[in-house]
Amino acid sequence: MKYVDEFRDAGIARALAAEIARAVQPARTYRLMEFCGGHTHAIARNGLADVLPAQVQLIHGPGCPVCVLPIGRMDQAITLALERGVIVCTYGDTLRVPASGKCSLQTAKAQGADVRMVYSPLDALHIARSNPAREVVFLAIGFETTTPTTAVTVLQAQSEGLGNFSVLCNHVLTPAAMHAIVSVPGGIAVDGFIGPAHVSTVIGSAPYAPIARDWHKPIVIAGFEALDVLRSVQWLVCQINEGRAEVENEFTRAVTEQGNRKAQELVARVFELRTDFEWRGLGSLPDSALQLRAAYAGFDAERRFGVAYQPVPDHKACECAAILRGQKQPQQCRIFGTACTPETPVGSCMVSSEGACAAHYNYGRFRTPA
Amino acid sequence: MTTNPSRNVLLLPALDLVQGRVDLTHGAGGRAMGQLIAQVFSQALGNEYLAQGDDGARLPPCSGQLVLATDAHVVSPLFFPGGDIGSLAVHGTVNDVAMMGAQPLYLAASFILEEGLPLADLVRIVASMAAAARAAGVPVVTGDTKVVERGKADGVFITTTGVGVLADGVCLSGANARVGDVVLVSGPIGDHGMAIFSVRENMAFASPIQSDSAALHGLAAAVLRAAPGTRLLRDPTRGGLAATLNEIAQQSGVGIALDEAAIPVRPAVHAACELLGLDPLNLACEGRLLAVCPPAQADAALAALRADPLGTDSARIGVVTDDARCMVQMATRLGGRRMIDWLAGDPLPRIC
Amino acid sequence: MCLAVPALVVAMDGEMATVDLDGVRKAISLALVDGVAVGDYVIVHVGFALQRLDVEEAEATLALLREIGAQADGDNGASPA
Repeated sequence: MKYVDEFRDAGIARALAAEIARAVQPARTYRLMEFCGGHTHAIARNGLADVLPAQVQLIHGPGCPVCVLPIGRMDQAITLALERGVIVCTYGDTLRVPASGKCSLQTAKAQGADVRMVYSPLDALHIARSNPAREVVFLAIGFETTTPTTAVTVLQAQSEGLGNFSVLCNHVLTPAAMHAIVSVPGGIAVDGFIGPAHVSTVIGSAPYAPIARDWHKPIVIAGFEALDVLRSVQWLVCQINEGRAEVENEFTRAVTEQGNRKAQELVARVFELRTDFEWRGLGSLPDSALQLRAAYAGFDAERRFGVAYQPVPDHKACECAAILRGQKQPQQCRIFGTACTPETPVGSCMVSSEGACAAHYNYGRFRTPA
Repeated sequence: MTTNPSRNVLLLPALDLVQGRVDLTHGAGGRAMGQLIAQVFSQALGNEYLAQGDDGARLPPCSGQLVLATDAHVVSPLFFPGGDIGSLAVHGTVNDVAMMGAQPLYLAASFILEEGLPLADLVRIVASMAAAARAAGVPVVTGDTKVVERGKADGVFITTTGVGVLADGVCLSGANARVGDVVLVSGPIGDHGMAIFSVRENMAFASPIQSDSAALHGLAAAVLRAAPGTRLLRDPTRGGLAATLNEIAQQSGVGIALDEAAIPVRPAVHAACELLGLDPLNLACEGRLLAVCPPAQADAALAALRADPLGTDSARIGVVTDDARCMVQMATRLGGRRMIDWLAGDPLPRIC
Repeated sequence: MCLAVPALVVAMDGEMATVDLDGVRKAISLALVDGVAVGDYVIVHVGFALQRLDVEEAEATLALLREIGAQADGDNGASPA
């Protein structure tokens, strides 16, 4: 695949790893948090932790919109599916996420709910057009990468005058989450961030500057491929050595300082900030999530069906809050691998394969002694 | 089921195989069912055993240890690039028997038809099944048909059962793998799984990807001739390579170390996986086999695989290791390591 | 964040385009990106183009990376991979 395979070259990866090994100060530890689930995946599937020197510690952040989705939000979708007879359209990621009473959209389907997996929100529109007598709800999740696609879909529905389509909006914002991680009292045990790739394609590199400046943490926006991640680790090590805390863009082939203005404008037209929003593992964060504007209330499933959000607390033994902030490792959680596994996830970090605990369970478990 | 059209059946108007649909009378055991069997099944599958026309087939005696395997086929959609439920039903069970190291001899086929299934589809499926059986040299000698109400079957479910015979001394098993053994695969992985995704509702895309559905008994026999010490053969169907290797590791109480760069994957399958967020290791194959061989015979086994048209892209992909945790690990292209676990359920496309 | 992959635009029809990724073809929406032409590479996410890939930047990055790789091979005295 062009512009993908070249960035996976093993020889260049070895060369970059060697440069990083030369750059690290032997007695120093470099704790780097990759914010984005896609980076967690790239690191795990390539085994990048094995090619980096021991001084570099990779810490998995919260950057998976499925992981940070509170149980109560999944309950809303499941209620709509089971009790209101709507067709719920969802991405594959959320299909098996367990919510209250061990229910998921998948188990709801087994109980007779009409739940359909889609690749794109446009597929959900298609389902609405094909089923004019039924209500169709699209479960919209995702950070800023995905939000513009939902915006276009709502505008399309409006222009077609579709009367049976609505969106259950769970779009969340990256800078707010980053801020919550970095502003923890006592300081965060992270020296630098590998910044999100495709979120930055949309929002640009500019929004990260206040975080780097105010909290003195270097941020390098990195592409998704192995060489991108390695290069960003190299730049972070360099910044940390030199005491700098800047935003650097490694992913210049897709990210500019301003980002995708058109996408940003479309989002601003359709969505507005919620005053606050609960994040699983991070608590309630102000100005961290979006809802549909009043002008599009007809397409807002929460208003259309009157499904209110009921918060559901996480398990007492769950250590996700600390793990999301890099303060603890998955193995340090009492229930990791026992009560809490990918099949029976208790907290957000285990819910999707990019959560810190799931990634460790699926890819890294063999490193710890049996 | 009887296959002889009685005089009474001839009094019914011929089935409309172009526009007609299966209805409940076709499963009721009466004249309509006899007509369906005669005009659709016997017509296509016809052989001396079916022609006996009794509830079971009388087969010639055979000497040797028997192997029996059965498989239900519920694939949706019924037709996909490279095959359909009919050919799949033949290949799946022929392969189950072949993976035991046995020569497949006969098949039985049981159909559950959904009320409303277009007869044209059924004719197409049975024709495909007949062609697959003929090509494999394994006849369908007996069968059964039932019809269920609309909504109770996904068009058609087919269960095939196959019987085969083992040569003396052959005893392949997933429990046989030993430390140091070599793991071979007979071709690129994930073709079938991705071919299904490519025609799946709300997920479809255009591509040259075809299911690899094929009968593997010839290939299996070739490997066993060249490498008689082969420990086991297995076809990585549902769950893909990841599931199959984990099964073997658990059964044999060993670990498996794979080499990512050595695992063959077609560029289009790779690309589709990137687009949908899937891993080829989790996708089904229906025309590939894994062979675990003693190191001294691995080269001979590989050569035999590559010499067969169904195995031209065969590759050596890993070795069996000493690991009490029975983990399957993979050396990545970049020189790192990762674990290959099996999934809890079906692989799902993702957006994150 | 989120799964997205560069793909080649091979056909366009109003606000929709067909992209090709090693033989896999999908119809995607261009509603988020202006000025896309056949022959461009776009980054595809859930059926939409998110941005045009800056091919010049991509090639510049690759040139830098290849240099790093070549230098390392030179240091090791090995022939390029």
